Amino acid sequence: MSTKDLKFTEKHEWASVNGNIATFGITDYAQHQFGDIVFIELPAMGKSYGKGAACANIESVKAVADMYAPVSGEVTEVNSSLENAPEQINKEPYGAGWVCKVKMADAAELDSLMDESAYENYVKSVEEK
Amino acid sequence: MKKTKFNEAHYVLKGKMIEFCGWDLPVQYSGVSAEHVAVRTSGGIFDVSHMGEIFFRGPQALDAVQYLTSNDAAKLIPGKVQYSGLMTEKGCFVDDLLVHKISDTEYFIVVNAANLEKDYAWMKSKTTQFDVEVINESADYAQVAIQGPKAGKLLAELTNTDLAAMSYYTFTKGEVMGMDAIIARTGYTGEYGFEVYIKDDAQKASKLFLELCQKGEKYGIVPVGLGARDSLRLECCMALYGNDIDDSHTILEANLAWILKLQKGDFIGKDVLLKQKEAGIQRKLVGFEMIGRGIARHGYPVYVDGQQFETIGSGTMTPFLKKAVGMTYLPMGKTETGSEFQVKIREELVTAKVVATPFYKFDQKSI
Repeated sequence: MSTKDLKFTEKHEWASVNGNIATFGITDYAQHQFGDIVFIELPAMGKSYGKGAACANIESVKAVADMYAPVSGEVTEVNSSLENAPEQINKEPYGAGWVCKVKMADAAELDSLMDESAYENYVKSVEEK
Repeated sequence: MKKTKFNEAHYVLKGKMIEFCGWDLPVQYSGVSAEHVAVRTSGGIFDVSHMGEIFFRGPQALDAVQYLTSNDAAKLIPGKVQYSGLMTEKGCFVDDLLVHKISDTEYFIVVNAANLEKDYAWMKSKTTQFDVEVINESADYAQVAIQGPKAGKLLAELTNTDLAAMSYYTFTKGEVMGMDAIIARTGYTGEYGFEVYIKDDAQKASKLFLELCQKGEKYGIVPVGLGARDSLRLECCMALYGNDIDDSHTILEANLAWILKLQKGDFIGKDVLLKQKEAGIQRKLVGFEMIGRGIARHGYPVYVDGQQFETIGSGTMTPFLKKAVGMTYLPMGKTETGSEFQVKIREELVTAKVVATPFYKFDQKSI
């Protein structure tokens, strides 16, 4: 999947937009930092999450991390195949490892996210620290 | 941050470095799950130099060890190792440790990195009445663990010591890659394997670590970080100080009566433990498996019959069995296999059940 049209957060989530529906996942950098993902607690169907709210929970053997909603919206679909195969997030963070889809509450929130080149620079600056 | 003598090797191997107990150590190289599975199927190489090495030397070395620890060190013959508890007056753990008998007047004790300073101070202050020298030689030693069914094949390439002749919990002095070494058939993974102690400098030590990794490749043996070290020990239900044993749970409650020898002479904590043994314990450390979806982790609240009862000792999703398991204390009457309780995972109560331990037991035939 091409990542050039994705939007990115500073917490290393991505969002792809199709009409008023946004798909969320975590970035390749995030999955790499986190290591082997062994468990995911998916967002609740129909539940609304504000921008920046913890919407999913991802666990490796050693660690637990929240995934935060890149923009506000109501969950319309979750990737339930991850419940039995969470390692899909490691293998294809931008493809089969997508986490959920939401109906966006305010598409203008997308403007505050980074595009791909801005995110690449951001990751570089994080790594240099 | 302190560097072990193998530090340079970790950077060559591109380990993901973290601070652990003040040491610069790898949490993983290729990945926790892959490393864990490699140890179960072939083998792994671990830098465990952060562990502490304390020597007891003198005419009353045995008396001092006996007074400090729960197991019966008088049963040891030279070359034997014993798992034991360093006890508080209340029969709880200052630490757990390995006692190696070198001779009647010399014992070599290995303790946890996190507790080294505390243990050393405790050992010194509690043995002033004995004719013994207690010496912390941790800084001199590097320790590498080679664990897994093929560990012996790999180590045999670098030593003349007859490894196959060594039984579990024995040690011997030998040479590894030309360096003087203490070679012990011990480990913290539940696998066949060895722990090797050397005193040579960092340059030679790192060369040894890299040589083990290179020679190990053909067997599928890989370097392993702290992440898999923890998941491996949990899968075979070996206690971790600070999680499963500590200074507020007794050795009887920790289900470690097999390292408690009340019939030996006086030792710290004996009176309390004798009384507790007679009166019976009120809680016990058990192994559990999650029934509901979720992973119980250290510190998560435990609920029994709707009431909170302590917190989880250890828990993870183990990479080999692929089960969410852990260890925790439960009240007596609730500790039988099949007994159910709840774990609070992010505001939700998820059901778990007591299961037989260890979760994983290695197959002698795998060697």
